Amino acid sequence: MIDKLSGALNFHQEALNLRAERHEVLAANIANADTPNYKARDMDFSRELSKVMESGRSGGQGLSLATTSARHIPAQASAPATQELLYRVPDQPSLDGNTVDMDRERTQFADNAVRYQAALTMINSRIQGLKSAMQPE
Amino acid sequence: MSMFSVFDISGSAMSAQSQRMNATASNLANADSVAGPNGEAYRAKQVMFETQAQGRHGVGGVRVSEVVEDQSPLRMEYRPEHPLADEQGYVQMPNVEPVHEMVNMISASRSYQANVEVMNTSKQMMLKTLTIGEG
Repeated sequence: MIDKLSGALNFHQEALNLRAERHEVLAANIANADTPNYKARDMDFSRELSKVMESGRSGGQGLSLATTSARHIPAQASAPATQELLYRVPDQPSLDGNTVDMDRERTQFADNAVRYQAALTMINSRIQGLKSAMQPE
Repeated sequence: MSMFSVFDISGSAMSAQSQRMNATASNLANADSVAGPNGEAYRAKQVMFETQAQGRHGVGGVRVSEVVEDQSPLRMEYRPEHPLADEQGYVQMPNVEPVHEMVNMISASRSYQANVEVMNTSKQMMLKTLTIGEG
């Protein structure tokens, strides 16, 4: 029962988590807009999300509790996701080896922030739905 | 993983950009300083940026690795009446290029603004996150 509850929220939780990580990567790109030889990074969001949804965030290699009796409850902690960050291909390379394109970064940043809020709205309405289903008549 | 590191990243960039702005202000202010503490004319200062890698993927903020002095030759100005003039009547003037400094200043201020915007957006996102499940 509780498992179903967390399952219902799992997708949105993972999506929010990935959005937050992408937010951090894009913020780092903007912060390093004037750093010589900095290469702009980004992630393929849909691929990372489907990877997390398929194999779980742990990648199957999380820490697990040692069980010494058959009646112990096995538990597995999730290790951080192993994301693959890609490098952006610059369309206007600069002399100092920096590949941050401020316009592109800021567009992506705004886009990511809006999608993060969309995911928040989604998870909120999901919670509302579950809550109203739990109300007694 | 926490979104708080976004504040560190943007904050480090803001402080680095303001140091760059400081260097520019110092250069412009000393554009005519014929003698510094070492007795020589002022040399233009430049800050060097470097990525401050933190986290798993080398994603991180920025810091000022060093402040270097512009080694290009000093400007020679003909002013025979000046007390610091040499035998030929030339005075060593600072090698500050006002045009470079203005461009640097505009670039630093734009980057600073971009980072302020990142910070504001992150703050709004985090405040919104705190309201999950309310109402």
